[in-house]
Amino acid sequence: MTPTAPTMPATDPARVKVAIRNLYKIFGPDPQTALTLVREGMGKNELLDHHNHTLGLNDINVDIREGEITVIMGLSGSGKSTLIRHLNRLIEPTAGEVLLDGENVLTYGPADLRRLRQEKMSMVFQKFALLPHRTVLQNAGMSRRIRGEDQDTADREGGKWLDRVGLAGVEAQYPHQLSGGMQQRVGIARALASDSDIMLMDEAFSALDPLIRSDMQGLLLELQKDLHKTIVFITHDLDEALRLADHLVILKDGFVVQQGEPQHILLYPSDPYIEAFVGEINRARVLRVRSIMQRCPDVPPAFSGVVSPDATLEELIEMSGGNTECCYNVQQDGADLGILDMQHLVRALVPARPGEDKLAAQ
Amino acid sequence: MAFYDGVFDSLGLRSWCDAGANDGPMTMAQLLQKKSGVTPEVAATQSTPLMDTPFPSLDSLHEACNSIPRTRDMTEAVELSFLSIKDPLKAVLDPITQPLSWALDGTMNLFEATPWFIMIPALLLLTWFAARSLGIVLLVAASFLFLGFIDHYTYAIQTLSIIFVCTMISVAIGVPIGIAMARNDTFQRINIPLLDMLQTLPTFVYLIPLIFLFSVTESKLYGIAIILYAVVPVIRLTDLGIRLVDRDVIEAADAFGMTDRQKLFGVQIPLALPNIMAGVNQTIMMSLAMVVIASLVSAPGLGVLVLRGIRNLELGVGLVSGFGIVLLAVLLDRCTKAALNRINVSTKAGS
Repeated sequence: MTPTAPTMPATDPARVKVAIRNLYKIFGPDPQTALTLVREGMGKNELLDHHNHTLGLNDINVDIREGEITVIMGLSGSGKSTLIRHLNRLIEPTAGEVLLDGENVLTYGPADLRRLRQEKMSMVFQKFALLPHRTVLQNAGMSRRIRGEDQDTADREGGKWLDRVGLAGVEAQYPHQLSGGMQQRVGIARALASDSDIMLMDEAFSALDPLIRSDMQGLLLELQKDLHKTIVFITHDLDEALRLADHLVILKDGFVVQQGEPQHILLYPSDPYIEAFVGEINRARVLRVRSIMQRCPDVPPAFSGVVSPDATLEELIEMSGGNTECCYNVQQDGADLGILDMQHLVRALVPARPGEDKLAAQ
Repeated sequence: MAFYDGVFDSLGLRSWCDAGANDGPMTMAQLLQKKSGVTPEVAATQSTPLMDTPFPSLDSLHEACNSIPRTRDMTEAVELSFLSIKDPLKAVLDPITQPLSWALDGTMNLFEATPWFIMIPALLLLTWFAARSLGIVLLVAASFLFLGFIDHYTYAIQTLSIIFVCTMISVAIGVPIGIAMARNDTFQRINIPLLDMLQTLPTFVYLIPLIFLFSVTESKLYGIAIILYAVVPVIRLTDLGIRLVDRDVIEAADAFGMTDRQKLFGVQIPLALPNIMAGVNQTIMMSLAMVVIASLVSAPGLGVLVLRGIRNLELGVGLVSGFGIVLLAVLLDRCTKAALNRINVSTKAGS
């Protein structure tokens, strides 16, 4: 689970690939009028009750950084699937901007938009959405054929990526002959075969059973280590979000409640809604040493062992054998980063309340 | 005095009514009254009891006011207006529909000219390609040998050739209309009442204007009647089939940047194919039903024998040819259903 190669810490400023600016989406017969009401501060429920418009997205601002996995999390109805469909304009916004490499996607005409979808953004769907009348290989090479490339290139690219996601040997079968997990592997191969920089994954693993889901998360992380795609991943599952996210965006009722580095959100939830989410999970498995260690340049000579900053707390507890007296030196590539004592670790395992949170921060 | 005289008098319309007075042709009722010796004037003086109040129809209003037309004036007007547009309509429709006559006659000649020992194996081969089922091929073989044995082979082949041409044309017209309906809600809303009308109009009703438009000896007359009746299911099921294509798959097609044309031919039509084929099956069955009625307007085939059975009360002829039609229906249905199942297996939807 711990990456061996030095990974870029999420706090480093990577280039912004896609920027969502002041994005609004209102469903209903007259969204523009409703938009002025929303800008004047009307809430979702009032808008629905009195004006019969549904507020889908409310002033969304998110930076999606190149080569990172940005996870957008929220419960059903929070607008996360609506949001991801604005990136490739499967849904048109009511107001706002979507900037891809600084270019506003919303000004694109039909031809530009098709090129965007064919070459720059590929998508993986919750219900797989494979073409049932085409073989697995034809499905995987679909994006190439759409672009007008010949069948040989499509088959070669499709076959290459099917191989990569572990599906060699089923090329001639039809999607309905495969299990759910295998179908989604085809879905991922199809998205990868288009060679786009950006991959949109709409609840890609939600329809799979837990064991397969965990496999698929592993597959995605492993692919990402080599490919460094810009991935936007939608999920309603916090464990999944924390496992995959470099940048976590939490949506509720169409607006962003909190976004940032997942460890930070876990330690300092800004909202009771997020606390309720965060309270349910196994913190030891998710929190990493780097998030709670004490940074100090001169490490005291007496410590019980050396630990990597990317180790989870669970691993550290196992290492200590449950001894709360231990204190560990955190090192990366032989350089001292700081120390972590077990008593501090135990305190971090207690879900934070907003009041204590501020105290702890000081 | 007629019952509604008072109404027109009190509205001050009497002069308008009388101005329109003209002695049109006498109605049957007037004739009977005259014969019984009761003049209208005498009849009118007897006051009508309340229970006998006539419905204020055109005829009873006409009795009180001559300016109001009678019902038969109305039907006459309909007839005259049809007759007045008949010639321009014929000038437009005749050349457009002429290829239909050629197709029907040409195919009929071809089917009849082909000797039975070539035609039957050809049909069996076609059945094999469509259905890929030995059982159905044997059924077709047995049926045609039987029909030949009882000297109904020529009639059956005539019926088959009409159905063949009419189904081809119905599919050629119906599938594009169905696709257009699936893509455009307004077009669908306009078309549905038309399709309902075509399906519910008694089949004899469209024969009436067609007889006026075209000569009864022309084969396109029954061709049009059959196609109008049989094209409906293929339109409806194409529309339905395309609308039923999984939204997720369509969304995926959009997300990967398919053009409308790629989406139509690469996704929508292939996935709607089982429904379209079900429509074709229905179209064949309906043209078979219509081909019997079309024998009234000189369509050849088994229907002619059925008609002879009715006209001359030749019970045996009617029953045997009726059985022949049932046999054809079973064959066509089995073949198309087997073809449909083959498609269903190869495009079965996921999970």
